[in-house]
Amino acid sequence: MDPREFCARTGLVIVAGKGGVGKTTVAATLARLAAEEGLRALVVDLQGGDGLARTFGGPRLDYHDQQLWPPPGTGGGASGPPAGRVMGRSLTPDLALLEYLDDHGLRRIGRRLSRTGAADLVATAAPGIADIVLLGKVRQLEQQRRADVVVVDAPASGHALTFLGAPTTLLATVSTGPIRTQAEEARALLTDPRRCRVVLVTLAEETPVNETVQTAYALDDEVGVDLGPVVVNGLYPVIEDLGVDPGEAARSAGVALDPAQAATLAAAGELRAARQGLQGAQVARLAAELALPQVHLPLLPVASIGPDHLGELSRALADELQALTPVP
Amino acid sequence: MTRGTVAGLVGGSGVVVCCGPGGVGKTSVAASVALESARRGRRAAVVTVDPARRLADALGIAELGNTPQRIEGSWSGELWALMLDARSTFDALVQAQAVRPGQAEAILANRFYRNIAGALSGTQEYMAMEKLHELHASGHYDVIVVDTPPTRNALDFIDAPRRLVRFLDNRLTRLVLFPTRASLRAVNVAAQAFLRTVSKVVGGEVVGEAVAFFQTFEGMEAGFRTRARQVQDLLAAEGTAFLLVTSPRADAVDESRYLAERLVEGGIAVSGLVVNRGHPPFDEVVLDLPTGSAAAGPLARLEANLRDLRARAAVEEAEVARLAAEIGSAPVSRVPLLAGDVCDLEGLGRLGRYVFAA
Repeated sequence: MDPREFCARTGLVIVAGKGGVGKTTVAATLARLAAEEGLRALVVDLQGGDGLARTFGGPRLDYHDQQLWPPPGTGGGASGPPAGRVMGRSLTPDLALLEYLDDHGLRRIGRRLSRTGAADLVATAAPGIADIVLLGKVRQLEQQRRADVVVVDAPASGHALTFLGAPTTLLATVSTGPIRTQAEEARALLTDPRRCRVVLVTLAEETPVNETVQTAYALDDEVGVDLGPVVVNGLYPVIEDLGVDPGEAARSAGVALDPAQAATLAAAGELRAARQGLQGAQVARLAAELALPQVHLPLLPVASIGPDHLGELSRALADELQALTPVP
Repeated sequence: MTRGTVAGLVGGSGVVVCCGPGGVGKTSVAASVALESARRGRRAAVVTVDPARRLADALGIAELGNTPQRIEGSWSGELWALMLDARSTFDALVQAQAVRPGQAEAILANRFYRNIAGALSGTQEYMAMEKLHELHASGHYDVIVVDTPPTRNALDFIDAPRRLVRFLDNRLTRLVLFPTRASLRAVNVAAQAFLRTVSKVVGGEVVGEAVAFFQTFEGMEAGFRTRARQVQDLLAAEGTAFLLVTSPRADAVDESRYLAERLVEGGIAVSGLVVNRGHPPFDEVVLDLPTGSAAAGPLARLEANLRDLRARAAVEEAEVARLAAEIGSAPVSRVPLLAGDVCDLEGLGRLGRYVFAA
């Protein structure tokens, strides 16, 4: 599949997965790839962390769009076709709720809600209300077409299901009013495969794979959202034939090796071979239990993913997408 | 500055709260700490929040029971485990605190209550702490190890009891519910107007359920408040240790530093650190590899692998050093990445020996 076509297929891509699987990295990689392909991408952080901004090497995200890539002040000649770029922003339930109430002429209510702590009360009375307001804001960003693709870094997976299931939950509780309308609009967006899809991220480990399979089925059954390929993140690049005896390998290469060196090489080889075996088994299990195409991203030997690594990852993603056969 | 050991820390504690970011193997570490304590002759219980299925099977707690199950094995102490059921814990708390007949039943049937028990943020954290208090008060255990939900803000579970009480004790709701007091009448008019507006946004039945809940709940606040204070006292007590569990990856370390800072703000110091799943520190092997065909041979692959794993270990060690510097003289244990996943008692035993290694 052509990477550009992949990125532009829907105006909204929601990236979801269990905590610690690299969901933020994948959201950033997708946005960067879209920009490399000449598209305007907007990444949206819903978690109030600064991981997304740090990945791009930029300052902490706030409630306003800011340019993340190319870094502001670099490149951008006056001539030629408009180049791709990544903008970023964050969304928080509190600010989205205030904005929502403002837009509905309820500014004073908003102030009182946040002052009396009654926001918690309302959120408990109608669970999902904060999520609905957030989804409403996401829908607005998608509708405004300020970007070719909006990439949302969603809450961790148990929460992702609550988040994306909020319209359905709320429609069962609330029978009238503007919030109901908002929930209906959010559901229309989530269930339209031409506008929105969810990309699940996982690691090739027991628990993340289980949770990914469960989440995928639940999202399909309970939300009816279109699921894109599953991203298997953090894979060791495979080195073959690590089970060889180092002493023998050294002899055939004509290299001297003392027993301590041989033992170290053997131990390191065994560890990686075992980890590669585990990850291979989990990848196969994921394929057997979930009929979605997979794209694989490597575990880079770096402390944290920065702008340079993002380029490397987006090229890896492009290669993986090229190798995918388009879904009819 | 000398650091003690995690073994010493756990040995001297009656409560061990394991906190840390998600996806670092926190539940396994919590279970291994309890197992190792049992091997050292103590009566140990572990409260897990959301264990992986295979681990739950290994511990014999796959069925929700909400009471500790004893795990038999060849250790001199006792090992007990339970999987937290936040909802039943909350139900039991409501039943225990009821002040008139029929009150608990009415609350348990209310939809607003079910939303609190199921979805209010912080409830799961609070119930983990509530369960801890209950087990501690029973006097049956020498040490109780609690796994906590992966929260970004560690204060969520320290603060959860107080926040819930504040929520249940909401001033606004009192104004709405007790309109007869003359002095409050003026305020009450405003509150009624407020509720009407909220009803317009979210619908009247939602507000109706909430009002019914608070009317029924009347009289139980004092009991809840006392209980919340007891839970908080237990967390702040001398024999309670906070064990920070993390992996050496940068994002996990960042989140752990954030957690540690929040704990300190809450008046609690990190008592120990467990770094799980780091690449082991292999020795360097310098080889004089010939160029040409042998450069792609088996020896070159073994060497490339060692170099790659060493590079990963070095990057991780720098991250761990960053975190260790932040937690003062608290002991640090390192658990290397193992060749297999930890999913049975044997695996937990191996893990526990690393956590307790001096």
